[in-house]
Amino acid sequence: MSGGKIRQILLLTDGCSNQGEDPAAVAAFAKEKGITVNVIGILEHGSAREHGMKEVEDISMAGGGVSQVVYANQLSQTVQMVTRQAMTQTLHGVVHNELRHILGEEQEMEDLPPDKRGEVMEVVDELGENISLEVLILVDTSASMKAKLPMVQEALSDLSISLNSRTGGNHFSLFLFPGKRKEVEKVLDWTPKINSLTGTFNRLTTGGVTPTGPALKAALYHFEKRQDRRSLIEYGEEDGPFEESGF
Amino acid sequence: MERKTVHLKNQASNLTPGTKWLGKWNRNPYRIVKKLGYGATGSVYLVETRTGQAAVKIGENKMSLTSEINVLKHFSKVKGNVLGPSLWDVDDIEIGNETYPFFCMEYLKGESLLEFTKRKGVEWAPILMVQLLGDLDRLHREGWIFGDLKPENLIVTGPPARVRWFDVGGTTKIGRSIKEYTEFYDRGYWGLGDRKAEPSYDLFSTAMIFIQTAYRERFNKPSGNENSLDYLSRRISNMYPLSPYKKILLYALKGKYTGAQWMKKDVMAAIEARSYKRSNTKKITRSAHPVKKKARSGSNLRKNNRNKENSSYRVEIILTASFLFLSSILYFMGQWM
Repeated sequence: MSGGKIRQILLLTDGCSNQGEDPAAVAAFAKEKGITVNVIGILEHGSAREHGMKEVEDISMAGGGVSQVVYANQLSQTVQMVTRQAMTQTLHGVVHNELRHILGEEQEMEDLPPDKRGEVMEVVDELGENISLEVLILVDTSASMKAKLPMVQEALSDLSISLNSRTGGNHFSLFLFPGKRKEVEKVLDWTPKINSLTGTFNRLTTGGVTPTGPALKAALYHFEKRQDRRSLIEYGEEDGPFEESGF
Repeated sequence: MERKTVHLKNQASNLTPGTKWLGKWNRNPYRIVKKLGYGATGSVYLVETRTGQAAVKIGENKMSLTSEINVLKHFSKVKGNVLGPSLWDVDDIEIGNETYPFFCMEYLKGESLLEFTKRKGVEWAPILMVQLLGDLDRLHREGWIFGDLKPENLIVTGPPARVRWFDVGGTTKIGRSIKEYTEFYDRGYWGLGDRKAEPSYDLFSTAMIFIQTAYRERFNKPSGNENSLDYLSRRISNMYPLSPYKKILLYALKGKYTGAQWMKKDVMAAIEARSYKRSNTKKITRSAHPVKKKARSGSNLRKNNRNKENSSYRVEIILTASFLFLSSILYFMGQWM
């Protein structure tokens, strides 16, 4: 959370990265920058293959986020749940820190009597409803993902429905990797709604390599660019600078 | 139970009957009778307390039950406390080295909504829906939306049969966004609305539950480009018990009801119209026969009368004729002599 905002990277992948730096390292760096990395591992249907799903957990742990491994048909509900959970987790972290300031270093949430815990939860709920959220979605489009992309697309518009039902503002951005000529390709710049996705996935050429690490790095850079631009252009205005579309 | 080396997450969901504990803060004693079930946030047990049997829900993790407890607390402040199961105790349980939150509530004994309508007949479904809509109306008036409304969260207690909800974990303040939902009952999933907590969200779920009572199982949304409203409309038409309520169901699916009381009124009117129609046709068929019989017997009577009239008329003619004949003979005989 920075400046009354929650910033998240949501990575959807089905397996091991095989190009570039260790994605967990990039995720750890993102965490330091105040950006949570959540990962959803998509399983091949019919196979109980957990191969490559260790990485899913590693990345999210390093990135201070939430991970979940699911079949493609469970994607919609999972994507919104993971995003929500990570948001609540972040907010709890912030509130905990505040509480520790007030109550002393050793005070943990569960040391509070149930009554007080309820009050804290109300505060977190309230914040989760009103805070602005920035989610950069990173989708693995390597060859094995091809059949799952329609489900991914559906899950993303579903996520948009869920988050836009909140009072607080939302901004989404979508990156695919591997890209056409580059390791990663931006297909959607910061926008409040993801309903303009139709067709994006259809004209995709899926590649063979999975450069998860570089893709995460690009996502991080994109967040930073946004941050810089904002601090350069205007300072006091909340949520203003993103009205103009594109860069 | 300390000896168990199960996964941490399962410790709170694997308590065996007979397990006893004292609440960490309030020191109330509990003894487990049996496990009742488990949900997304925790496991529910039937327990023995100082005051009798009750249900206890033990959370999976530190914060998982907090929202639900908050909601139940709000409900218990509402006069009459009709909105959910009564909340009796909120505390922590220590299992091994871990602490889990739990709360104790009224134990609702009954059977699931779908089992009930399956056993007693689908004609019960609209009645239960009316009850549910009444409860929803009260809930909405208090400023809450149930959210994750589904048959699994509804139980039919009684007799007399009364539908009650028990898992209020998804209950959300009006105006916020729905966090917990189940796809089949979620208008967002069907592409028929957003997830804002407003009365029409619950009414959509109610309509889907109603539809499910006829089908008994969930079905998926149409694959391809078919409009989901057309699809659902077809699904409603396919099921004979739903047809009298089709208009109401579609109205709810479209999100056009602004309050539960309007939908309730319409369902009640539909039930009434149906039973009126039925009893009317019954009356007609029942009364048709006697009327016909009466009519038939009446005409018979009249016919008989006519026959009688005819015969008496003939007798009269014969009598007068013979009288005239005899008197003329007597006259001629008198002339002759």
